[in-house]
Amino acid sequence: MSVELTGAEITIRCLQEEGVECIFGYPGGAVLFIYDELFKQDKVRHILVRHEQAAVHAADGYARSSNKVGVALVTSGPGVTNAVTGIATAYMDSIPLVIISGQVPTSAIGLDAFQEVDTVGITRPCVKHNFLVSDINELAITMKKAFYIASTGRPGPVLVDIPKDVTQQKAVFDYPDKVSMRSYNPVVKGNAKQIKKAVDLILSAKRPVVYTGGGVILSDAAKLLTELTKMLNYPCTNTLMGLGGFPATDEQFIGMLGMHGTYEANMAMQYCDVLIAVGARFDDRVIGNPKHFSNENRKIIHIDIDPSSISKRVKVDIPIVGNVPDVLKELIRLLKSVKEEPDQNALREWWNQIDLWRARDCLKYDRASSIIKPQMVVEKLYEVTKGDAFVTSDVGQHQMWAAQFYKFDKPRRWINSGGLGTMGFGMPAAMGVQLANPRAKVACVTGEASIQMCIQELSTCKQYKLPLKIVNLNNRYMGMVRQWQEFFHGNRYSESYMDALPDFIKLAESYGHVGMRIERPEDIEGALKEAFKLKDRLVFLDFLTDQTENVFPMVPGGKGLSEMILV
Amino acid sequence: MRHIISLLMENEAGALSRVAGLFSARGYNIESLSVAPTEDPTLSRMTLVTTGSDEVIEQVTKQLNKLIEVVKVIDLINGDHIERELMLVKIKALGPDRDEIKRLVDIFRGSIIDVTDKSYTIELTGTSSKLDAFLDNIDGSTVLETVRTGASGIGRGDWVLKV
Repeated sequence: MSVELTGAEITIRCLQEEGVECIFGYPGGAVLFIYDELFKQDKVRHILVRHEQAAVHAADGYARSSNKVGVALVTSGPGVTNAVTGIATAYMDSIPLVIISGQVPTSAIGLDAFQEVDTVGITRPCVKHNFLVSDINELAITMKKAFYIASTGRPGPVLVDIPKDVTQQKAVFDYPDKVSMRSYNPVVKGNAKQIKKAVDLILSAKRPVVYTGGGVILSDAAKLLTELTKMLNYPCTNTLMGLGGFPATDEQFIGMLGMHGTYEANMAMQYCDVLIAVGARFDDRVIGNPKHFSNENRKIIHIDIDPSSISKRVKVDIPIVGNVPDVLKELIRLLKSVKEEPDQNALREWWNQIDLWRARDCLKYDRASSIIKPQMVVEKLYEVTKGDAFVTSDVGQHQMWAAQFYKFDKPRRWINSGGLGTMGFGMPAAMGVQLANPRAKVACVTGEASIQMCIQELSTCKQYKLPLKIVNLNNRYMGMVRQWQEFFHGNRYSESYMDALPDFIKLAESYGHVGMRIERPEDIEGALKEAFKLKDRLVFLDFLTDQTENVFPMVPGGKGLSEMILV
Repeated sequence: MRHIISLLMENEAGALSRVAGLFSARGYNIESLSVAPTEDPTLSRMTLVTTGSDEVIEQVTKQLNKLIEVVKVIDLINGDHIERELMLVKIKALGPDRDEIKRLVDIFRGSIIDVTDKSYTIELTGTSSKLDAFLDNIDGSTVLETVRTGASGIGRGDWVLKV
């Protein structure tokens, strides 16, 4: 006869069966039995954060940098509500996570019990799916489904809510190898006819652009995407989420596009005749005003695993629903088999045009400034780390400068909250990255406003000796808010000045870390070098930067891609 | 344009709220929604009446398909179909109005299922527009109560929505 296990044991056994090595969490009443089982084993390592939001961000950074499912464990009530920001962040960026939340005992559900909240209800709009496990016999299969749903199709966070009594009850543990669901069958292969049509259109292009997003990163399709783009000699632009999908140091890379994209990328996007969109979703920060975008005639091929991303904001001509690598493989195969090639004269002309746009040098800034320019810090970070670091960021100006000035040649190196724009994401995400990549250089580019939203995690970093390098671009303003107020609100800096900042050096030191303050441009490089030499220490680098620096180019809200404000 | 979205979904707790939540979160209209288990008790059949441009309806069906518990979605407007809604309506019926209302109920092939000396309760089945027409033909001030199920729909002939 099979041995019966408690729900708590089953939960942990499921994690072991899924090969989960590391989870992030915070204990509480409803999950005490699960924590007890964690204590009794050593296959799954638990990282204790200082706030549940950070648990989910850390699991998220872990997932983004490793292509494994990230796992977080939180208690009921406030444990879950604190986690919601993290869950919504992962949902917007399609990150595969499994969040296990405790719940009050089934007998207490609906009675406004202590630390009770309708977890499934609260999280419903920001998860790919969620479950309330009310029967111990459903626990193992539900966990299996959670991992399956989170990691297949368009990935996303899945929450499993487990009432406390279910963690105490017993059942035979039988973990299924596979799970099949009649209501969930993600497509893999693209439609062959559509792919054939795409090939014809690609070959007919005179002014082509390859535009790729987070889908290329998530599906590990960077190599294939690069192969396709190199083979065609077409220009390639990445979204904020797609950076690293095509090598940024390659000649064919025309930079990030969108609200703070390069002049050349936005102009090429606007005036191309054939647009090959891969794992991207034409969102408002990427193409600006869709009406303005549609003013120009172009044919669009859109490859995406999520049918609902297709023709949502922009009507496309050749939709291909499928897993990006599978579709790209087929495209490459077909392109290799045909004799025709694109019109090389037209392509040359198009490249000449792009080079003219490039010559506008849209990312220039005052390199001779005696005050530290934030862009220079990111450039030096790139040089000192030889472009090989994992870079996380928070949200705001520093995020845009990091995206513009750190040249990502590899996927999964640039980790930021693109969709939800969550301040406080950077440091906890970097913790997850460091745990997934113990020997890697991990930098968190942040600002003094964002970093304070999860600053408590300096304590977690101390406990687990995570040698992050915090690159704080400290301009004493919520920079992006200040920039919008300068441009659009008559210089009225309403509540965007960060008064009463802590002494970040002392703060870092109080957690046992190293703090450095850098005030002069000539000290940037030395400080970064010194910081990265301290291989086993977290170093908090507080760069006092120019308070009035703005991010350029900028497509103002509601404007078209070619209507950029340039420096 | 008016669309009748018909779908099969897992008959599980919370499945309905996922559909309702999707519509409110994305700002889609719901004119009516009716749902009940099918002959297979693990499945629920839902009929949703909504309005929107072609682009919006395309998104509605895609988003519904994306819900993990939704098994199949069709738009009945895309083919020959039958639509029925049930209405119970309680009407003030006094004096000479009583006969007039009775005649109107007959014309609409309804039936009076409860009677008092002051009121009739009428049962009426048909397309939603037929039920609207009935109400349009009655003096609004006499209507005491209206209960409508929302439309249910099914394809004609061989057109079957099945797993």
